[in-house]
Amino acid sequence: MSARPLADTTALLGRSLRHVLRSPDTVVTTAVTPVALLLVFVYVLGGAIETGGGSYVDYLLPGILVVTIASGVAYTAYRLFLDLQGGILERFRSLPIARTSVLWAHVLTSVVATAVSLVLVVAVALLMGFRSDAGLLAWLGIAGILALFTLALTWLAVVPGLTATTVDGASAFSYPLVFLPFVSSAFVPTDSMPGPVRFFAEHQPVTAIVDAIRSLFAGQPVGADLWVALAWCTGLLVVAFLAARSVYARTAA
Amino acid sequence: MPAPRIPDPAIRVAGLTRSFGDLEVLRGVDLEVSRGSIHALLGSNGAGKTTLVRILATLLRADAGTATVDGHDVARDPEGVRESLSLTGQFAAVDDVLTGRENLVLVARLRHLSGPGTLADRMLDRFSLTDAADRRAGTYSGGMRRRLDLAMSLVGEPPVVVLDEPTTGLDPRSRIEVWDAVRELSRGGTTVLLTTQYLEEAEQLADRISILHEGRVITEGTLAELKALMPPATVEYVEKQPTLEDVFLAVVGGGTHDTPTGDAR
Repeated sequence: MSARPLADTTALLGRSLRHVLRSPDTVVTTAVTPVALLLVFVYVLGGAIETGGGSYVDYLLPGILVVTIASGVAYTAYRLFLDLQGGILERFRSLPIARTSVLWAHVLTSVVATAVSLVLVVAVALLMGFRSDAGLLAWLGIAGILALFTLALTWLAVVPGLTATTVDGASAFSYPLVFLPFVSSAFVPTDSMPGPVRFFAEHQPVTAIVDAIRSLFAGQPVGADLWVALAWCTGLLVVAFLAARSVYARTAA
Repeated sequence: MPAPRIPDPAIRVAGLTRSFGDLEVLRGVDLEVSRGSIHALLGSNGAGKTTLVRILATLLRADAGTATVDGHDVARDPEGVRESLSLTGQFAAVDDVLTGRENLVLVARLRHLSGPGTLADRMLDRFSLTDAADRRAGTYSGGMRRRLDLAMSLVGEPPVVVLDEPTTGLDPRSRIEVWDAVRELSRGGTTVLLTTQYLEEAEQLADRISILHEGRVITEGTLAELKALMPPATVEYVEKQPTLEDVFLAVVGGGTHDTPTGDAR
């Protein structure tokens, strides 16, 4: 009736972004693990990994970006959990606001915070010698895929944020997500893996996403990978959004 | 009861039930709160006070029965209820990362009020928080947090205010501050429903008192009516000792506020 979804989401987004601004360590922390992985794999293990030409940092970066997103979205679960425990979520729900604006504000905050972490990681990669032939359009495409993937994983993070009973439980869901890139083409080409593992790696979303971004970075035609990646992201987004919304509605009664 | 139809009650609850699994928390609650009054809902822990309050605030659905707030049905028109009613829960629901002022501005914006900054400043002044306005709420004392919480509930002057155990866990001085704020609200015409487990709080504040016990309102009336339920008073001579609260307030110098009138019982 009188709810204004856009105005409500904007007001709550301002609040969440203040939280991030006032604890910028969360953005840095999100970038620390991926940067550490980047350093270890490029300078320690990378020399022994055969990727078929090109520098290893160029090969590795797309997977590291996926790791960055996976570790960044855990903060959404964490912040939502604190809102729920502190009673402020209850206060918001008793106000005449659009129902899902509270969730949208958290999700969009995650997209912004994760984007900053991603920029940090790319900056480190550039210092380590990462180079790209991507044009403006390709960069936009990469940003689009990453944003879509962040949206999907963040909506997924809303579920543990609303249902967890402890802070640790709220963020624990992201561990398998951070691990998923290891069983994909992110670190090593999949053809070096034994049969069943290889099958899994080639049919999970991270491989499609990583391969699509890798082609875009290299300035090469992307082909089917892009569509597979987009299908995974969109599908995941829809499922996660519906799950989050239904969990949120159930917390009400 | 002679209830002519002229002013509709601010809150009307009829036959409200709610169970959690096998546990029947509300077993048919009836309650009327007239406009502009302070109504106390008295009950021990687990009597169902919070459940009732959460249903009124549209945070929880009832299993059966009806509840209207300011003419809006909680089930059919929750939006209308949220416009009219403001809930202050048992624990101060403030954002610790934001400053006091930012907390108030946020609520004003979410209530779609014009001039949120001015409104926030007015509330800060009214609740003696102006000096702390730009400090994070996380640095506030318990009493200040409670005042900020109350101020956030009152932004935009909703006609019906529900306070769930507003003074639980507060020191005596903060409790008197909250009581003063409630009285002031009522003077301004706001309807106040407050739950409490302190008999003294109900005596101090309420125009009418309902006693909620095991999921039902078992008695309702003014303090005098409730007292009349007891056998006639017998006269005994008892030495009048100051209460520990009197001593505490005298020693710490809490006399700036009006002293509690509970002595005149």
